[in-house]
Amino acid sequence: MNGVQLHQVLEKNIGLLIFGILFVSAIGGLVQVLPSLFQESLKTASPNTKVYSPLELVGRDVYIREGCSTCHSQQIRPLVAEVERYGTYSRAGEFVYDRPFLWGSKRTGPDLHRIGGKYSNEWHRIHLINPRDVVQNSIMPAYPWLAERAANQDGDIKNKLQVLVKLGHPYTDDDIESSGSMLEGQSELDALIAYLQVLGTAYAKGEQ
Amino acid sequence: MPDPAKKLSVEIYSDRVVTTLVMFSVIWAVIGMLAGVYVAAEMVWPALNFDQSWLSFGRLRTFHTNVVIFGFGVSALMGTAYYSVQRTSHVRLYASNLAWFTCWAWQIAILAGGISLLMGLTTSKEYAELEWPFDIAITLVWVCFAIVFFGTIAKRRIKQIYISNWFYGGLIIVIAMLHIVNNLALPVTLTKSYSLYAGAQDAIVQWWYGHNAVGFLLTGGFLGMMYYFLPKQAERPIWSYKLSIVAFWAFTYSYIWAGPHHLHFNAIPEWVQNLGMVMSLVLLAPSWASMVNGIMTVSSAWEKLRSDPSLKFIVLALAFYGLATFEGPMLAIKSVNIISHFTEWTIGHVHSGALGWNAMITYGTFYFLVPRLVGGNLYSVRLANIHFWLALAGTILYIVALWGAGVSQGVLWLSLDDLGELRYSFTEVMAAMKPYYLLRLVAGILFFIGTLLMIYNFFKTIVGRRTIAVRPPIESLAVA
Repeated sequence: MNGVQLHQVLEKNIGLLIFGILFVSAIGGLVQVLPSLFQESLKTASPNTKVYSPLELVGRDVYIREGCSTCHSQQIRPLVAEVERYGTYSRAGEFVYDRPFLWGSKRTGPDLHRIGGKYSNEWHRIHLINPRDVVQNSIMPAYPWLAERAANQDGDIKNKLQVLVKLGHPYTDDDIESSGSMLEGQSELDALIAYLQVLGTAYAKGEQ
Repeated sequence: MPDPAKKLSVEIYSDRVVTTLVMFSVIWAVIGMLAGVYVAAEMVWPALNFDQSWLSFGRLRTFHTNVVIFGFGVSALMGTAYYSVQRTSHVRLYASNLAWFTCWAWQIAILAGGISLLMGLTTSKEYAELEWPFDIAITLVWVCFAIVFFGTIAKRRIKQIYISNWFYGGLIIVIAMLHIVNNLALPVTLTKSYSLYAGAQDAIVQWWYGHNAVGFLLTGGFLGMMYYFLPKQAERPIWSYKLSIVAFWAFTYSYIWAGPHHLHFNAIPEWVQNLGMVMSLVLLAPSWASMVNGIMTVSSAWEKLRSDPSLKFIVLALAFYGLATFEGPMLAIKSVNIISHFTEWTIGHVHSGALGWNAMITYGTFYFLVPRLVGGNLYSVRLANIHFWLALAGTILYIVALWGAGVSQGVLWLSLDDLGELRYSFTEVMAAMKPYYLLRLVAGILFFIGTLLMIYNFFKTIVGRRTIAVRPPIESLAVA
């Protein structure tokens, strides 16, 4: 039986055809993706990499909601120019508490993985309210509504931490209990800035 | 055995659902491309964000990609799959009420999903942004799509399952697998969830999904369209049956491996990147095999190109398909990717596929299909020809503008002076993008105007008409 004859069996039997497609298309994922899910080094936190505080977590979810990752990457490649521009390259262990990952695929604006500590909170505040007040040519949208929304607006912070505990993030019962009060008096703008300021700080400045 | 004559009087193809899906597809094309034009304008004049959350780039860009891919693209694929599977099986759709359900449920999901994206409800995983209730709804509709499609094939009156159905089948099966695995998450509330995967692992799973959504939906699904509608319009059988066997299985096997080229030099294992690169290069062969098969099928019918705008669109689509599937593997080479990654080049590459291949082949197919569905002639061939040139000019200008932008970004960002210092600040490079962004906006507007001409043309074609009843060939009914 040659190949074409074999195929004539396949293309006359819908069950076999479905099975064939499923089998052939699954191989790549089984060999290439599945092992990564069991690779311990990809799940092991870098030294100094901590879970996000409630405020930072809210900030991160604001970052997701506003689609910041459509224009900003969080992934510094191990290339000389890139390390010089943004700081030391990104390590897998720095992202183990990132659900989902926010590495991005496009830099309309600069990479933000090591933005933490580069600018003052006040700079970020002005910049987020109107980017062109501090960066003349910026094409970034302004985000004035963040200042008007409370960080605990959705009132779901405890739920969030509880879900993350189920996924293996080491929050304690105290962390969860006190999470609501940690958001009190803070705006979403404060939360986003708190998140930006902690980004990439697991590696100190200049550390390679 | 039922009386064939009686059956003959009853059984007609379910084509009204096809007409409805085609119309929705065109409407989503207009809405999605308008959003695309608007976000392109925001990149030139950021004041257009108007400080409105729902109008801001980060949200509207996601709305754009989702509406064009899942509204315009999937409605077109579903409609053409229903149309062609009946004709290649000589049988009415299995469970045609269920087909109507898939049609309407899909439109409602896209409408509600689109609104949810503008509200900021997003997982942020590219092309999988919709939150978990939508993911479940999509899975449900998809399973019904599979039941209708494979059910129709199961009761077919022709022994052989035609090539286009392999590709549409691949679309249904593989997208189901990718969608379910990539979207696994724990819900926090009705509108928020956290991915089951974190960090580097999430990245690997996401691009296994992301690249193959491109692969099996935007490439494979539309190849299904090509394998049915191109021979139909050229009035020639497909050039090589053997080549399509090789192309289909090699494509289905090798596409899946290519995802990690989206993560070159990122914090994932190097062997995963390298394997992704090699398999991306391998992918060139099956991709081009289908292009060769398509072009050779038309090669004895070139004279039709002079008079038939729909065939012109399809042949041009194959040319852009060839370009995009050549460019893709090149961009997957690590040393090229150093320059192209994170730049506008990627966006240009996507649009050479999305505008040049997906939109053009769909337009070509619709210009063929719409008059036939309602049993009339196209309102204006001249308008369709104008549309063709607008679409061609828009696509070329778009690609060229973003080649310019992307290569500049890539090279200037990496440029070091003699002392090893960065030569250009980020804002300098960003300011240099403005003329390219303006050109891209013009390109998008040209393409969009063409789409408006098409919807007007279709409106005039179908107004006052109904989908005509078409029966399976009589000899098939007699033997069944």
